[in-house]
Amino acid sequence: MKKEWFTISVYSENNVGLLNRISGIFLKRHINIESLNVSKSEIDNVSKFTIVVHTTEKWVRNIVGQIEKQIEVIKAFYHIDDETIYQESALFKIASNLLFDERQIQNIIKESNSQIVTVSRDFFVLAKSGRRYEIDEMYEMLKPFGIMQFVRSGRISVSKEVMQISALLEEFQHN
Amino acid sequence: METLKEKKAKESTQQTIKISGAEAIIHCLLAEGVDILYGYPGGAIMPVYDELYKFQDKLTHILTRHEQGAAHAAQGYARVSGKVGVAMATSGPGATNLVTGLADAQIDSTPMVCITGQVTRELLGSDAFQETDIIGISTPVTKWNYQITSAAEIPEIMAKAFYIAKSGRPGPVLVDITKNAQFEEFDFSYTKCTAVRSYVATPKPDIKAIEAAAELINNAKKPFIVWGQGVILGKAEEELKTLVEKTGIPAAWTIMGASALDSDHPLNVGMVGMHGNYGPNLLTNECDVLVAIGMRFDDRVTGRLEDYAKQAKVIHFEIDPAEINKNVHADVPVLGNAKETLELLLPLVESNSHVDWHNIFKEKYQIEYDTVIKNDIHPTKEGLTMGEVIEEINLASDQKAVIVTDVGQHQMIGCRYAKFKESKSNITSGGLGTMGFALPAAIGAKMGAMDREVVAIIGDGGYQMTIQELGVIFQHNVPVKIVVLNNDHLGMVRQWQELFFDRRYASTVMTNPDFVKIAEGYHIESKRVSERKDLKKTIQEMIASENPYFLEVKVEKEDNVFPMIPSGAAVSEIRLK
Repeated sequence: MKKEWFTISVYSENNVGLLNRISGIFLKRHINIESLNVSKSEIDNVSKFTIVVHTTEKWVRNIVGQIEKQIEVIKAFYHIDDETIYQESALFKIASNLLFDERQIQNIIKESNSQIVTVSRDFFVLAKSGRRYEIDEMYEMLKPFGIMQFVRSGRISVSKEVMQISALLEEFQHN
Repeated sequence: METLKEKKAKESTQQTIKISGAEAIIHCLLAEGVDILYGYPGGAIMPVYDELYKFQDKLTHILTRHEQGAAHAAQGYARVSGKVGVAMATSGPGATNLVTGLADAQIDSTPMVCITGQVTRELLGSDAFQETDIIGISTPVTKWNYQITSAAEIPEIMAKAFYIAKSGRPGPVLVDITKNAQFEEFDFSYTKCTAVRSYVATPKPDIKAIEAAAELINNAKKPFIVWGQGVILGKAEEELKTLVEKTGIPAAWTIMGASALDSDHPLNVGMVGMHGNYGPNLLTNECDVLVAIGMRFDDRVTGRLEDYAKQAKVIHFEIDPAEINKNVHADVPVLGNAKETLELLLPLVESNSHVDWHNIFKEKYQIEYDTVIKNDIHPTKEGLTMGEVIEEINLASDQKAVIVTDVGQHQMIGCRYAKFKESKSNITSGGLGTMGFALPAAIGAKMGAMDREVVAIIGDGGYQMTIQELGVIFQHNVPVKIVVLNNDHLGMVRQWQELFFDRRYASTVMTNPDFVKIAEGYHIESKRVSERKDLKKTIQEMIASENPYFLEVKVEKEDNVFPMIPSGAAVSEIRLK
């Protein structure tokens, strides 16, 4: 079976230790987590994990089953890239003099659709959201000028299909 | 239930009734119907032990000689009684010593609650004396775990712990309680937990899936049932028996499913798996419909997956959705508790007898009997075999004993030849393969079923891993029967070395102590049998005894267990020699 990129979405209670429990399931199968994001979700007091892994569909199906059986996990899903709308965010910290001295930098900012978050005497910060490859491209373009700091977030995604988590939760509560 | 607060309010004129976290733990245990627990005290759990002292008329605490013994004893107790086993330990090494038992209970789905003391909340994370991150350590080997850092959390968390441990697919839960939470006083009241919103304990049966299963079963020419522990955990023994008798389907069991159906039932065709019976393994690859009930297609059962039952349609009755399609693709998955789903299935299946198909199992049994079984249980050679010892125990106990086995050759022989009339009678470490399991588990098993004969069958290797628990048997006069099948080797590893490593016996030869003298040191009646002429009467004497009894049987040093599916081979490649 061929390996693909999968985005796993986990809806869970917001409890101490659950991240450890979930990451352990990947550890057990010797799978590297390529990207991880934890945030609140559309439901009050329910957290959402967005996990990106490169593996086979059989394994991702097994993993999702093993995640879902954890007591504090409400529901877990997996999707391939085509089934989701997804983005990552990145911040680039660059020396301020370049902003004024290098015309090319100004072009990159314009063309990449990135925003200047702040400008100080010593540095300015560029924010860019988009697909991984778009951020990678921008990184490559800025690299020759010198990047003082770079950071990229985990993937965040929403599915194209309807996810009826709220209904599920309600059902659980009534059972 | 009348809460403690209400009760105390009646007894007292004080406005506010407060109890300590430590006392609250005892009340939680009592409210959950716990009357016995196993453990070992230490600094961080002392407030709870102080309360145990005060409540010893209601709650018996058994001091094992090592925390691992406490965990296995709790498992043994849970496995025979169907109740939640409870073990307790202090922080640090006390807690880490429970880990093997937790892992064993996790993989064998045994309901257990372990309570560990923890350093006081202010010291958490500071590498304090006897501090260890037992939540982090136990996460992969528990169904759920939780660290309590304030007394007010105790009732809710304890209620949740018991509910999670015993509901759905059972498993171990660890509750870690910081010392400050044990000392703190708070208003106590207890409500049992009946649901956790993010947890579906038992999926609801889907009648469509059951109808699809019935159709496959009704149209099958060569159907075959393999059941596992899910039948025992789901209390579905009667439904299984009815299904087998109505449909006439030959039925085999995994090691964890043993004893759910009478060993002598004509449609019970034996054990599947690496050292299981010849027919069930071989014919797994000839059946047209494989009905798996409450089993998880462990690799020791399936052999090489690519060649496991490929010709068959697979129906998988299972409570845990994560087990569906994990190892073997299920054409018809039937989620739910086995008792419920089988009850729904029974009216839909047609009566049948499958005589010709069943006769093939009989033929294969005859082949296995002639080449393996006859020599195992009625040997003509001089040396004693493990099989004949088991057979004598069957005879002396009228097949009514609970048989507790450790891990290795004796375990495979024990599970192959022990015969059962009653469910929950085969207690063994199936999934984890924990040497040292049997002696403490037998103690727990006896205490969980005082009216039953409990015979522990242990190898000379595993026996020495938890031999210290003889102290419990002596102190509490626990009338378990201990049979050590001594071949002076780590027999199963030695067998593999013989077969697959050109007889290079690396670290498998044991120079053993005088086991009889050791047992005598604990004032346990002890015998050693080295010759066949003494075997029967000694085993009869052992079973007749009302006290603890230790029996060492010197068996042939280099016997092998057959049949065998070599590691990585297909079930149909099972070897008879």
